[in-house]
Amino acid sequence: MYETTYHKASSVSEAVDLLKKADDGKLLSGGQTLIPTMKQRLAAPSDLIDLRQIDELKGISRQSDGSIRIGAATCHADVAGSADVKEALPGLAALAGKIGDPHVRHMGTIGGSIANNDPAADYPSALLALGASIETNKREFTADDFFTGMFETALDEDEIVTAIVFPATEKSAYAKFPNPASRYAMAGVFVAKGANGTRVAVTGAGQDGVFRVKEMETALNGSWSPDAVASISVSADDLISDIHGSSEYRANLVTVMAKRAVAAA
Amino acid sequence: MTSEGIGARVLRKEDKRFITGNGNYTDDVKLPRMGYAAFVRSPHAHAKVRSIKTDAALAMPGVDAVLNGHQLVADGIGNIICGWMIHSKDGSPMNMGQWRALESETVRFVGQAVAVVVADTLQQAMDAAEAVEVDYEELPVIVDSRDALKEGAPQLHPEAPGNLIFDWEIGEEAATNAAFDSAKTIVSMDIDNNRLVPNPMEPRSAVASFDAAEEHYTLYTTSQNPHVARLVLSAFYNVAPEHKLRVIAPDVGGGFGSKIYIYPEEIACLWASKRVGRPVKWTSDRTEAFLTDAHGRDHHSTAEMALDENNRITGLRVNTLANLGAYMSLFSSSVPTYLYATLLSGQYNIPNIYANVKTVYTNTTPVDAYRGAGRPEATYVIERMMETAARQIGMDPADFRRLNFVTEFPHQTPVIMCYDAGDYDASLNAAMKAIDYAGFASRRAQSEANGKLRGIGMSCYIEACGIAPSQAVGSLGAGVGLWESAEVRVNPVGTIEVLTGSHSHGQGHETTFSQLIAERFGLPTDNVAIVHGDTDKVQFGMGTYGSRSGAVGMSAIVKALDKVEDKAKRIAAHLMEASEGDIEIENGELKVAGTDKKLSFTEIALAAYTAHNLPEGMEPGLKESAFYDPTNFTFPAGTHICEVEIDPDTGKVEVVNFVAADDFGTIINPMIVEGQVHGGLVQGIGQALLENAAYDEDGQLLSASYMDYTMPRADDVPSFKLETTVTECPGNPLGMKGCGEAGAIGSPPAVINAITDALGVEDFAMPASPSRVWQALQQKGMKEAAE
Repeated sequence: MYETTYHKASSVSEAVDLLKKADDGKLLSGGQTLIPTMKQRLAAPSDLIDLRQIDELKGISRQSDGSIRIGAATCHADVAGSADVKEALPGLAALAGKIGDPHVRHMGTIGGSIANNDPAADYPSALLALGASIETNKREFTADDFFTGMFETALDEDEIVTAIVFPATEKSAYAKFPNPASRYAMAGVFVAKGANGTRVAVTGAGQDGVFRVKEMETALNGSWSPDAVASISVSADDLISDIHGSSEYRANLVTVMAKRAVAAA
Repeated sequence: MTSEGIGARVLRKEDKRFITGNGNYTDDVKLPRMGYAAFVRSPHAHAKVRSIKTDAALAMPGVDAVLNGHQLVADGIGNIICGWMIHSKDGSPMNMGQWRALESETVRFVGQAVAVVVADTLQQAMDAAEAVEVDYEELPVIVDSRDALKEGAPQLHPEAPGNLIFDWEIGEEAATNAAFDSAKTIVSMDIDNNRLVPNPMEPRSAVASFDAAEEHYTLYTTSQNPHVARLVLSAFYNVAPEHKLRVIAPDVGGGFGSKIYIYPEEIACLWASKRVGRPVKWTSDRTEAFLTDAHGRDHHSTAEMALDENNRITGLRVNTLANLGAYMSLFSSSVPTYLYATLLSGQYNIPNIYANVKTVYTNTTPVDAYRGAGRPEATYVIERMMETAARQIGMDPADFRRLNFVTEFPHQTPVIMCYDAGDYDASLNAAMKAIDYAGFASRRAQSEANGKLRGIGMSCYIEACGIAPSQAVGSLGAGVGLWESAEVRVNPVGTIEVLTGSHSHGQGHETTFSQLIAERFGLPTDNVAIVHGDTDKVQFGMGTYGSRSGAVGMSAIVKALDKVEDKAKRIAAHLMEASEGDIEIENGELKVAGTDKKLSFTEIALAAYTAHNLPEGMEPGLKESAFYDPTNFTFPAGTHICEVEIDPDTGKVEVVNFVAADDFGTIINPMIVEGQVHGGLVQGIGQALLENAAYDEDGQLLSASYMDYTMPRADDVPSFKLETTVTECPGNPLGMKGCGEAGAIGSPPAVINAITDALGVEDFAMPASPSRVWQALQQKGMKEAAE
């Protein structure tokens, strides 16, 4: 790791301020991707501004309209363990409980994960399928607008995710096939039926990150059953191909995981 | 014996310090004024080094020196050597290319050290290493061994024309060909053994210091064999004469073979410590470990088996191409030759065997012994052939094996080895019973009802341990003798120190070696200290690899204990005025048989050191040493049976049932043996299902981190069922055979035999990753649809 200066921000505005003052600052919110990258000397921020101890970014609450609001600095273990999330969005709780390992789940945060938008991260699929909205210190995004490509989001350089709001949902489930080595998703499919209609979002497989499968959504609107998606496959053209599997294999996994998620919902 | 003697499940004495984080590893060593080394490594797999500019790096804060290969050569540091001479079938010696600890002319694999920086802190050293400017001229690259011998292939070493290191053979070719000419059935296959990265938990590390006043070096290092390290550093690398070099291998966190060898970094640290006048530490990071620890396996073979009309094997013909990487590591030449082809007879009576092995250079990390070293490759060839032959002739795989088992001992194979003892039926029976072989059909039906594919496969392995009779290995080209030494020091109060040339890096020697004393004298293991891993303390030793510490290391201890016992009895007889032959040792006491006269072991020890009343002419003290040179290899053998369930939708293979029935001869501590077997099985299953060192065509290691190199985890394996059958090894005093590698040797073919059974295909190359299994199912489906 190169030398860096660590700052613990106590408010969002302080964090923005610290970021502004830094030469080449980076926001840190769990650091489960950033710290390993720095250790390998692949990133060298002059300053790290830690958002994890900011009170206003923490906590999970059920709102009067039935939606669930999760502070950006909430760690995965807290999402997985939340009674409210388990009851309202069982698919989301299950997803959070299977991110990485216990260490990762107690350090990594939902805000950090979606701001990084790793194409193999789990959360983006949940946000997209559940039609979540993303609140920042500047504005509010829909999930469809937020994720713009591999490791790319619509966030400005100095913009901080403050919370994610998940609308009430009738059904939700997530099925993932982990990469045998990293245990990141090789194909993770989140299915949901709720206020935003029926949605199917895929992570881990797409070259441009998370994406929706409209054809499956239509089929599930007709009949919510595994068989409805069994014969629908996504094109392998835009999928990742690497030493762990071809794009055709990933296309197959998308269908298989979609079936399993529907069956579990 | 006491409750801690041979056969007792004594808890590991060393675990208290390991589990509480109080182990003392090389990276824990901190010496006054110590500087840190960082290596400048080649990003290219093959390139000429045009220039190395160090000005900017030297000007950076805290930097002492930036040293390169030209300076190393000028200082007379010798080339890194391979210590086992192999001759090609035409009689010519192997073609060993020049390997320098720092290479400043031509680099031949990604990660090869070009220069080293020494600075006050690790950060400073790493920063400066990045500031060293190396100008490379890239050269064409060979990655796959099958490309190395092709006409017009890039040439790696001037010493090895056509990249051929040697073209070696074993067995009678004409007789074997004749067996094939008269065969009823011939089975042939292409069989690959995938390349693996060892991945010990503790990465390699070295701390070197030079005492200018004494002109004496000390090296702390992660070594499985510190005395061999000192010998080689002294005799070949000209670092210092042996009496001016102390090598200490303190606690070492796993080796699996990769810490046998002497690597460029240790040499460079020793040399640099004198040049810069301060101790120098280097600890490998995980990326360096992936790129520079010697890899394992990487064979491409074609094998043919000849059967007569009674389905008895009459001949085996094997051609193997072994990739040794960019340079010949210390024992690399022995692995695909005498540790491999000599085991091709397996557990079977095969009258004619001929094997031809070619080894080649490629622009990849050097390959050397890795847990099993040659024997997993041999077992994989023979057990894949046995399974495939049985299926082709329509015979039950167990019956086919049984029909061809060696049943009389000693048994001379056509490939040097003479098996001394074994009962292969016994371990096969034990394994089949433990896995409920007869009940497989109903379990398969159950899986099918759940939409899963189920398969079962076995592997009847044999291996050779306890390397080895010095005279025999000397005649085969080994540069060293492979005996072991021990010294037993009884202190005046009766506690005991055992100094051994074996080295424990996970094997639990502090416990098992102490159990020998408990057995012999009835003393608690807490009264015993095992001293190892320091050339200043232990007279000499050959270290730990090849499952040799039991059969060879403990045999040396037994010989020294014989001498201690003899002297203690003579003292006891003298003091109790009895005949020496009447003295018995029990529960820490020396007794006169048939009387109530006795003296404690402590009293005898004290008498030996006070020397007030010893037998006429006896020297004071109670300390004995011994060297033990085995008479033969030992031959652990057994049967592994694996049962898998495959999800056809994803290709994921789950090992649902795994039995290992092993014959290790005498077992000192069953708990430790089980631990060794568990670890070995996980490594073997890892090779079969998960692990693979993958290079791209430019020679970049694609699987250079745990993000892409699939290490087996606890949830990848089932709870193992272990059985042991025992035939004692006649060749050593305890009847031991060795257990450290058997798990990794026997299991890969059992797993693949189960997978091919489940998939209904003949061939499947390791590793059986989900995507590759799914691909095989797609191809099979397309083939069947076409038919």
